Amino acid sequence: MTEYLTLSLILFSIGAVGVLVRRNAIVVFMCIELMLNATNLAFVSFSRQHGNLDGQVAAFFVMVVAAAEVVVGLAIIVSIYRTRRTTSVDEASLLKS
Amino acid sequence: MFDLMWLLIAVPLVSALVLLVWGKQADPFGHLIATAASTLSFIGGVVLFAQLLGRDENERSATTSLFTWIESGPFHVEMSFTFDALSGLFVLLITGVGTLIHIYSIGYMEHDERRRRFFAYLNLFVASMLTLVLAADYLVLFLGWEGVGLASYLLIGFWQHKHSAAAAAKKAFVVNRVGDVGMALAIMLMFAQFGTSSMEAVSGAMGSASGGVATALGLLLLLGACGKSAQVPLQSWLLDAMEGPTPVSALIHAATMVTAGVYLVVRSSAIFDASEAARTAVIVVGLVTLLVGAYIGCAKDDIKKALAGSTMSQIGYMMLAAGLGPAGYAFAIFHLITHGFFKANMFLGAGSVMHGMDDDVNMRHYGGLRKAMPYTFVTFAFGYLAIIGFPGFSGFFSKDKIIEAAFGHNVWIGLGALLGAGVTAFYMTRLMMMTFITDKRWKEDVHPHESPKVMTVPLIVLAALSLLGGALALGGWIGDWLAPIVGEAHHEELPIPAIAITLSILAVVVIGVLAGIFLYGSRPVAAETPADSSVSAFTRAGRRDLYGDAINDGVVVQPVRYVTRSLVFLDARAVDGFVTGLADRLGEVSQALRAPQTGFVRSYALSMFGGALVLTIALLAVTLA
Amino acid sequence: MTVFWVLAPIMVVAALGLVFARRAVHAALGLAVVMISLAVLYAVQGAPFLFAVQIIVYTGAIMMLFLFVLMLVGVDSPDSLAETIRGQRLAAGVVGLVFAALAVLVIAQGVTGAVTGLDEANADGNVYGLAELLFGPYILAVEFTAALLITAVLGAMVLAHHERLTPKRSQADHAAQRMREYAETGRHPGNAPTPGVFAQHNAVDTPAILPDGSALHESVPPSLVERGQVREARAADVDDVARQLESDEGGDEK
Repeated sequence: MTEYLTLSLILFSIGAVGVLVRRNAIVVFMCIELMLNATNLAFVSFSRQHGNLDGQVAAFFVMVVAAAEVVVGLAIIVSIYRTRRTTSVDEASLLKS
Repeated sequence: MFDLMWLLIAVPLVSALVLLVWGKQADPFGHLIATAASTLSFIGGVVLFAQLLGRDENERSATTSLFTWIESGPFHVEMSFTFDALSGLFVLLITGVGTLIHIYSIGYMEHDERRRRFFAYLNLFVASMLTLVLAADYLVLFLGWEGVGLASYLLIGFWQHKHSAAAAAKKAFVVNRVGDVGMALAIMLMFAQFGTSSMEAVSGAMGSASGGVATALGLLLLLGACGKSAQVPLQSWLLDAMEGPTPVSALIHAATMVTAGVYLVVRSSAIFDASEAARTAVIVVGLVTLLVGAYIGCAKDDIKKALAGSTMSQIGYMMLAAGLGPAGYAFAIFHLITHGFFKANMFLGAGSVMHGMDDDVNMRHYGGLRKAMPYTFVTFAFGYLAIIGFPGFSGFFSKDKIIEAAFGHNVWIGLGALLGAGVTAFYMTRLMMMTFITDKRWKEDVHPHESPKVMTVPLIVLAALSLLGGALALGGWIGDWLAPIVGEAHHEELPIPAIAITLSILAVVVIGVLAGIFLYGSRPVAAETPADSSVSAFTRAGRRDLYGDAINDGVVVQPVRYVTRSLVFLDARAVDGFVTGLADRLGEVSQALRAPQTGFVRSYALSMFGGALVLTIALLAVTLA
Repeated sequence: MTVFWVLAPIMVVAALGLVFARRAVHAALGLAVVMISLAVLYAVQGAPFLFAVQIIVYTGAIMMLFLFVLMLVGVDSPDSLAETIRGQRLAAGVVGLVFAALAVLVIAQGVTGAVTGLDEANADGNVYGLAELLFGPYILAVEFTAALLITAVLGAMVLAHHERLTPKRSQADHAAQRMREYAETGRHPGNAPTPGVFAQHNAVDTPAILPDGSALHESVPPSLVERGQVREARAADVDDVARQLESDEGGDEK
């Protein structure tokens, strides 16, 4: 049990650092997916510990939402790429003061 | 009849207002209205005085109250006036001499386009001065006090276009203000101690008041008197006040306003009687001013300034007499009246001379005018003889009595007064020599001529009064007349017999006259003022009014200027610096706060993650604790 | 348990690979490894349905989506390694490490209690149990999620929609354009030949040969050109074909 959680949290941290460090928007997205997957693992582990399936239901919903999110997010990235010809997240810095 | 005494004040006051408000339309006849108003006041004064003459000693006073001026809690002041022996004499002096000067001014100011305004101010002055002398309450007196100060300011600076005149008016007002502070403090002290500022009440309370209060009141009133009467230390404004038209100098700065200080001291005789220290202060002030004024008069080549120095000195005599207590009050008033006659006479005479000499005031440019302006010369000579104390003239009697009383008090004061008499004789002789007797030193295009009748007739009247004014002392009338107010003059023990004093005065006067004739009559007078470097240090000191202005500048003006400058500096640095600094710090803080706003998504993500971390730690801390 | 200890290091390495890979495609690969390993772990933990869904939905659909977009955007451009924001890497590293340490040392250790196991919950089968929950207490969430999916699809369609700025060119317009270009620049008006025409090979990486023997570079995908993986077109092949045709013709005429 602890080991699953540890793994989940390690994956989560790696994903978080990836979001902060990578500049390619798609890779950032992938790191977010990694974080979501890590939480799914945690959910499933807890469901096993508690002995009911609510955790798995939660993981299921997370997956559905992640799918929807990926669809919309990638559409946005494609749209931005079309106009700006770049996928670097640093380009969107108009709020710089 | 005495209920209507307020009309004496109201008529000139209303006339002044009417003339000011009516405007240019009234220019052709404004001066006539003003002179008529002054004449009416004079007639009213004569009538009331005549009424008073017939009365007994105890009833020689009438008080009326017009209305309650101030009613506020315990503070109660009536607008009340008293016509008694003292104020009656003053009313006659003010309105009499005032009317003569009004008539004189019709001619003197004929070519001035603001003549109507001048007469309005003259009337305003007469009304204020009458308020001052008729007041039965110190606060009402103060009202008149301020009024004459205002009129003096307006009249000194009448020729507004002249910068020197405007500056002189401001100087007179400011120096008077210092004196007014003393006056105001005295009234406040009266109210604090006695709960009232009515003259009757205060005089009555002097019997039971402590010595300290009496001394304080006396000194404060003396400060006020010094300001108004141009006594040391507040004497610096009088000579500059000669910037005003000559009738102004005659009326205000010779006969009436400058004597208000003496009036105040005499009116407050009860206060001064109660305090030895205050009386001594008055004597010292009088003696010092007497000598200072005489010194300055010797060094001036400007005829009006020489006469102004003389005025300062003569008022010093009056103050000296007033400080001697009941022995001297009556003589102070006597000299005040006679001085009013002969000094106004001489000022108007000087005005006549200036009128003939194209408004030149420098005596070095005069000379030999006795042939060109005979009436002026003769009337001026009457005034001259009166002031030096020629036997028979009014000045002889009045000054003699003062010096006698001075000797009676203290032989050194007497000697000081005696010396003053000698110097007076000297500088007046100098003036007469330089103006009338010596040879012509006229400039080109100057054709002196006698003045018109409207100017010479008042001169004649005043010259007659300079001669006949001595009659007031006949049989000690003046002493008896004023006795109900100032007390009986008990005869002091004189160190030397009275006749010896009189003879020594005459001797000193003769010496002074001879010195004047020798220095200025026998030798040719320089046609231009000798340069400062070629005259002695004494003359230089006299020319600079014994450094009076320099002292004021160093003692008052420079320190105050230093204080204001440092305050301005403090304000700019500390206050402004604080406020601006606050704004600057705020700007700096804003700049610092700008730094995190990089615009990069990843920085925001980092701060989010960091925040989540902090939150997690906090939650853990709470849960696990 | 052994499954776990085998897969866990692999997953961590793959995750690190995802974060640190230079090319985006390599990162995608790392993510795929992680996802499949997770599916196995689900299966181990008594969630067979999720095991299947993870592979089908996540690895199958979502990862493919990622790869499609990567291809569209350009697989070739590697990220530069230099960091543009000062101190970002250091801060990210520190915060990540602290978080990981906190998480592992505190949170993970704090979870105590016996593991109940899913045998009872899975008594009627995992799918059955999940269905009971989904269509029972979580029915509202299901409905909302359905709405969410529809919205997402619509959103994607709207976002990816090209707004036509110029009128659509018809076939006739295209033909006219081609003729114009031939007149002005001499560009070949016919179709670009498919790779392999007049060539020995029917391969993508071999350029087609024009009648005069020169290689037509437009016939090879630009990505291959960039990678320098284009094979030579041999002019000798043309002669061979010409001889062949002649011999055929000769054969026919005979």
